[in-house]
Amino acid sequence: MTHEKTTPAIELINVSRRFLTPTGKSLTALRDFTMTVERGEFVAVVGPTGCGKSTTLNLVTGLASPSAGEVRVMGAPVKGIDPRIGFVFQSDALFPWRNVIENVMAGPLFRGRANSDATAAARDWLARVGLSRFEQHYPHQLSGGMRKRVALAQTFINGPEILLMDEPFSALDVQTRVLMHEELLRLWSEAKASVVFVTHDLEEAIALADKVYVLTAGPATVKSVYTIDLPRPRVVADIRYEQSFIDYSRTIWADLKEEVETSYARAAA
Amino acid sequence: MTDAAIDISAGAFRPGTSDAEIEAAAAKAARHRRRTVIFWRVAILVAFLGMWEIAARQAWIDPFFYAMPSTIAQRLYEWTTEGTSEGPLWYHLYVTMEEAVIGFVTGSVIGIIIGVALGRNRMAADIFSIYIKVINSIPRVVLAPIFIMILGLGLASKVALAFVMVFFVVFHNAFQGVREADRAMIANARILGASNWQLTRSVIVPSAMSWIFASLHVSFGFAIIGAIVGEFVGSRYGIGLLINIAKGSFDAAGMYAAIVIVMVVALGAEYLMTMVEDRLAKWRPQPLHETQ
Repeated sequence: MTHEKTTPAIELINVSRRFLTPTGKSLTALRDFTMTVERGEFVAVVGPTGCGKSTTLNLVTGLASPSAGEVRVMGAPVKGIDPRIGFVFQSDALFPWRNVIENVMAGPLFRGRANSDATAAARDWLARVGLSRFEQHYPHQLSGGMRKRVALAQTFINGPEILLMDEPFSALDVQTRVLMHEELLRLWSEAKASVVFVTHDLEEAIALADKVYVLTAGPATVKSVYTIDLPRPRVVADIRYEQSFIDYSRTIWADLKEEVETSYARAAA
Repeated sequence: MTDAAIDISAGAFRPGTSDAEIEAAAAKAARHRRRTVIFWRVAILVAFLGMWEIAARQAWIDPFFYAMPSTIAQRLYEWTTEGTSEGPLWYHLYVTMEEAVIGFVTGSVIGIIIGVALGRNRMAADIFSIYIKVINSIPRVVLAPIFIMILGLGLASKVALAFVMVFFVVFHNAFQGVREADRAMIANARILGASNWQLTRSVIVPSAMSWIFASLHVSFGFAIIGAIVGEFVGSRYGIGLLINIAKGSFDAAGMYAAIVIVMVVALGAEYLMTMVEDRLAKWRPQPLHETQ
């Protein structure tokens, strides 16, 4: 058992992933991609738009399988959808015909828990994200930030050991986004999950993560890895004015900028 | 640094721009608009019927073919109080409605089931799509004589015709609705732990529901068409039979009276359907202000 505890939460070993385009051509999204996420670690992945960041997450969930290489979760190869994984989507993935509490209850009910049990758990999670008063509201009646909090509660209620986030806050305004960062760090420190957070926002990545992976322009592979040694707990709203944050930001941006420019030049060509 | 913040003193409302006044003005405008809409609706109906009546009485159009509103109203009155030459009007209406409703319910239930099943199974959809296209290309009314030959003059042949009218419309929309279900929502449900059956029942079908409802609105009308066309071709009872008999005796007023009855029934059904849909779709966003 001690051996199991020490295996990393997620390992991607020399993974490649190719797609077939509608015209039948092969397109490489990931090439020789290697990444390790330790248990309880918060990893951010940044890279130019459309480089294949999201593909890495789909490989970990089991929604997609690698064309070459190996993906391991908790030391075992990925076979199908792992119940220990939670996923927060970029787009709104709530069920619009269910009200807030029914949305949060969905996971436990799908997994066969009793209705009363699921309701109690959902109430608890809605209280934790501060939405107790909105139990009976439908998603369309909520603001973007509130919908994201419902999505967080919907994911955290399943008690995921691994949390995958695909640009979850990119659609929110800047002020709401900072509040959501605080919310996420609080939930994460309580839940002790391992997190992979995909984003194109470098400051968001530095403010949240223990490690930042910089990817190359597609086909994506790891360009460099930075360890972010900022003390926790962090106050996201203030941390960006600290000198060490600015230094990290400058160093990593210099690295990322080349890839962004390559990607831009290709798109323009 | 203190200069960076500019002091903004609170401005006063101009007269007539307070919240209460704006709301009152908006409510008044809405009432006025609503009254105008109703007025013109009634005015156009009255003008149309009036022109028809006058044109027929002045013999600008031949009342033998075109009848006139007053004789149609009189025929309707006779039918409701004394019954038709073929027995009580209510019984004919009941027969037609029975055929239409049975055809509508069976057609839409089976259309939804097969639409969802094929929408979820790409292989089956690829295999069967060609047959569905072929059968769908048959104009439905030409099946009427065949059904009557096989199933007889009674209920079964009309139900079968109403069924084929409804089935394809509902099937197509259910199938399309399933195909259009949001990818992220499906992935979300699967990661939250939904099995295939749970996914179909609690994500795919609800998200296809607005497509399905759109088809149900038109398809009750189609069910009535199926029932009436079936009755034209051969039957002992029904509104279609009344129209057929009126045609045979050159009774224009009778034909129009039957059409009026079908119109009223179809409008009623449409109203009922909208009510059911509004109840089921209470999760959908409402527009900020109604223009109706």
